Amino acid sequence: MTLLRHTSADQDVQREALTVNPAKTCQPIGAMYAALGLHRCLPHSHGSQGCCAYHRSTLSRHYKEPAMAGTSSFTEGSSVFGGQANLLAAIENIFTVYDPDVIAVHTTCLSETIGDDVPQIVEAAIDKGLLPEGKMVIHANTPSYVGSHTTGFATMTKAMVDYIAQSSGAEKIRDQVNLIPGWVEPADMSELKRLVKLMGLDPVTFPDTSGVLDSPQTGIHEMFPAGGATVDSIRSAGDSCHTIALGPICSGPAAKALFAKCQVPQTTLPLPIGLKATDQFIMKLREINGGFVPDEIMTERGRLLDLMTDMHQYFYGKTAALWGDPDQLVSLAELLITLDMIPKFVVTGTPGKKFFKRMGDVLGDHAQACKVDQGSCADMFQLHQWIKSDPDKVDLLIGNTYGKYIARDEDIPLIRHGFPILDRIGHQHFATVGYRGTTRILEQILDAFLDRQDRDAPESGFELVM
Amino acid sequence: MREAIDILDARRRQVHTKGAQPFQLDCEKHSVAGSVSQRACVFCGSRVVLYPITDALHLVHGPIGCAAYTWDIRGAQSSGSQLHRMSFSTDLREKDVIYGGEKKCETALIELIGRYRPKAAFVYATCIVGLIGDDLEAVCRRVTAQTGVETIPVHSEGFAGSKKDGYTAACAALDRLVGSSESPPPDGPSINILGDFNIAGETWVIRDYYERMGVNVISTITGDGRVDDIRRAHHAQLNVVQCSGSMKGLARLMKQKYDIPFVHVSYFGLEDVSKALYDVAETFNDPAMMQRTKRLVRDEISAVMPRLRRYRDALQGKKAAVYTGGAFKAFSLVRSLRTLGVQTVIAGSQTGNPQDYQQLESLCDDGTVLLDDTNPLELAKFIDQTGADLLIGGVKERPIAYKLGVAFCDHNHERKRCLAGYEGMVNFANEVYSSVCSPVWSLSPRKQHASSVKRSIAPGPLVTADAGLPLNAKVPQCPTAATAPSPGSDSQACGVCQLKAHCSGLAAQETETA
Ligand code: SF4
Ligand code: SF4
Repeated sequence: MTLLRHTSADQDVQREALTVNPAKTCQPIGAMYAALGLHRCLPHSHGSQGCCAYHRSTLSRHYKEPAMAGTSSFTEGSSVFGGQANLLAAIENIFTVYDPDVIAVHTTCLSETIGDDVPQIVEAAIDKGLLPEGKMVIHANTPSYVGSHTTGFATMTKAMVDYIAQSSGAEKIRDQVNLIPGWVEPADMSELKRLVKLMGLDPVTFPDTSGVLDSPQTGIHEMFPAGGATVDSIRSAGDSCHTIALGPICSGPAAKALFAKCQVPQTTLPLPIGLKATDQFIMKLREINGGFVPDEIMTERGRLLDLMTDMHQYFYGKTAALWGDPDQLVSLAELLITLDMIPKFVVTGTPGKKFFKRMGDVLGDHAQACKVDQGSCADMFQLHQWIKSDPDKVDLLIGNTYGKYIARDEDIPLIRHGFPILDRIGHQHFATVGYRGTTRILEQILDAFLDRQDRDAPESGFELVM
Repeated sequence: MREAIDILDARRRQVHTKGAQPFQLDCEKHSVAGSVSQRACVFCGSRVVLYPITDALHLVHGPIGCAAYTWDIRGAQSSGSQLHRMSFSTDLREKDVIYGGEKKCETALIELIGRYRPKAAFVYATCIVGLIGDDLEAVCRRVTAQTGVETIPVHSEGFAGSKKDGYTAACAALDRLVGSSESPPPDGPSINILGDFNIAGETWVIRDYYERMGVNVISTITGDGRVDDIRRAHHAQLNVVQCSGSMKGLARLMKQKYDIPFVHVSYFGLEDVSKALYDVAETFNDPAMMQRTKRLVRDEISAVMPRLRRYRDALQGKKAAVYTGGAFKAFSLVRSLRTLGVQTVIAGSQTGNPQDYQQLESLCDDGTVLLDDTNPLELAKFIDQTGADLLIGGVKERPIAYKLGVAFCDHNHERKRCLAGYEGMVNFANEVYSSVCSPVWSLSPRKQHASSVKRSIAPGPLVTADAGLPLNAKVPQCPTAATAPSPGSDSQACGVCQLKAHCSGLAAQETETA
């Protein structure tokens, strides 16, 4: 069973030039996901149609929703002479037929390497009168040989700032904050907006895939579902009094760009998964709203804390292996630490300098007991090697669907979290951020442990009350 | 041309309504830039074809995405090695793109071959590799020399065409393996099964039929494929080709080189699978084999007919939209649906050629909308217009159907149940039935949007019909299956399964036994 048994314990495989079973994927899919969080926006992949087909399929498999996107459909000719003609034709066709408000172009490896200058092509399109009144084309450069899918997400989010956000010159709006939620599920975006509103603030959220990739069944195929951040709201982001960016990798660049462009002060926070990180989020909002936290939020926090105390007896010393996106991993690791658990192994394929430091900060005293890696060779093969060669099996796996092979081979429970989740349905409807979202993760973790205990218990030890 | 449907101007000629005007459909065109095409790339074509060779190493040379998206998505099952399911990538970085990726590719291959000792290795060139001009032939030559494991470049640069061109590249790669074995030919009649990919174990079902007929299956290309078998494939006396889009290329090459004839078949639907088996038996011209084949067909059909009839009663009068990758599969689907009493109102494919569409048109009823390389908007509109109750397609089509409040059935890589062969037809019927007749659709707002769609919830017992007939029920036989087949003959369709060639007497017999 090669696939299940990625590796064996006695193998200490040194690799130079090779990724085996990756813990990341490529930039454009992130850009596509972000662009879907713009209201009436058609993401457009500037390259050959294969990439676009894969990105759409993968998004569809994860969100169980149609993921619309156009493609420049490169031919051999375009890769020699450049893709200008294709993009011009695409812009014309898309506005004529699909009538979006925005086309969000991202490049693929191919168009990047040829060196197509997208802004210049867009200008040409404007000169030729291909852009109808009030419509716009934004763009992000997303070569996949740099960064990962999270980079693509960040770049497209930043493009929303670069192209759309404006400062009207008037005073900043005191109760309007920008919320850049990072790569999370649509339900997370809803939950974050809810919290900001409860704090008496008016969130300008972008991207916002809620209502797009968790849209209701209406009996109609909506090319552009009701959700998403509108161009007008993003435009007003320049007048907000503050920007909160969740996750430095996915959201940081947009927040910084908005500061540079419109002088909106910004704070970059970890994704609010877990009590501590959510506290940070609420505290920041409290600073902005002048110091008030509504009872409702205090109650939610209290409930989470109550749940944590109810559950704590089961968590001491339990170990976990995590993989996925850096922003997610840092917050998850912190959550586990607060539960008295040990995040023993952590890998992300996404390269980037600050990850070790961030992990070190949340791990604190546990840093010694934890192995962390990132980059090309930090993949599922590596993770499996670590797990195999560790004499004490970890108790839990947390990560995307690709961990299921390890879960089965090693007989370790798996909680699906992150992107992509290809083999379960419904996750897009359940938030894992905020106090309420965290309760869901806690429930999943404890269920995993207790289900395991029930399964493995001898008959004499199989108990009704646990 | 249907009015009230906006179609990209450039696409107008890729849509045709049967009966509305003389048949003409543009196809084999490059997708219009800006259309939301459902098509994929050359690499995708090569990858899906070669992927099921289970004891080969598959290295994707390129940036990470191409490998990540094709990691174990195909459900092509293996009876042994699982090496094909791993995802190996050179994960090209910026500096490789600037300085070239040959060295990295070579190192990766040597490392992987050392670790896994595969029977052969395939290296897929993605767009970027084509662009930076890595000489994969040279890399492979060096690796083969150094490791002794044949390493084959697959020229699948994504931009060099569409999925179809990827099939050609895959066939060229396979051609390098075929004929490279010294082992002697087997005794007796022998074939290769081409163009079945063992999704949900389908190759095993087909292989079993042939073995019961007394035919040796030398290699299965590529479902549950093995490198050594493919090396011996040139010993076969016949190539049996399904999914002609992907594998006709190899069959042609083998005809030229080794003078092995080939037949086109399909294993989907009672009519098509029976015809496949008879066609193969006929080429061997062996009365005993024909006798065994007839018995097989008769036994299998008798076993499944009663179970199918129940589904057909429930599905009678429903309408389906069919949108497949290759056009060949669409033919079988139109026929299979007819067997179930379901009318095809939309039929299309991503990659059909003029002959394909000609044939598809002739199979369909008047009013059927034919589509080449369509997009979600068009699909949705035509589904609304025709009042289709069911969409059959692939991963990108599923959520579209569900949003419309329409049943869906996967007939692509993601099918989880074997749909080939006789038992496969029952699975298919069950799947269509369980989706089309699910009570969930009666809750859908579509009922209000499209008054033409009437849904009836089928009676309860049907749900368990798959378990077989009540013990006391008589099993109808298909009498004509016992007589010599008359492929292509236009005898009266039997009304139960429309098996024109093989089953025309069943209706009469049923009335007697009723
Ligand atoms: S880069 Fe090229 S080969 Fe890879 S998926 Fe895209 S079109 Fe296909
Ligand atoms: S070519 Fe680049 S953009 Fe396209 S799928 Fe491969 S890695 Fe992603």
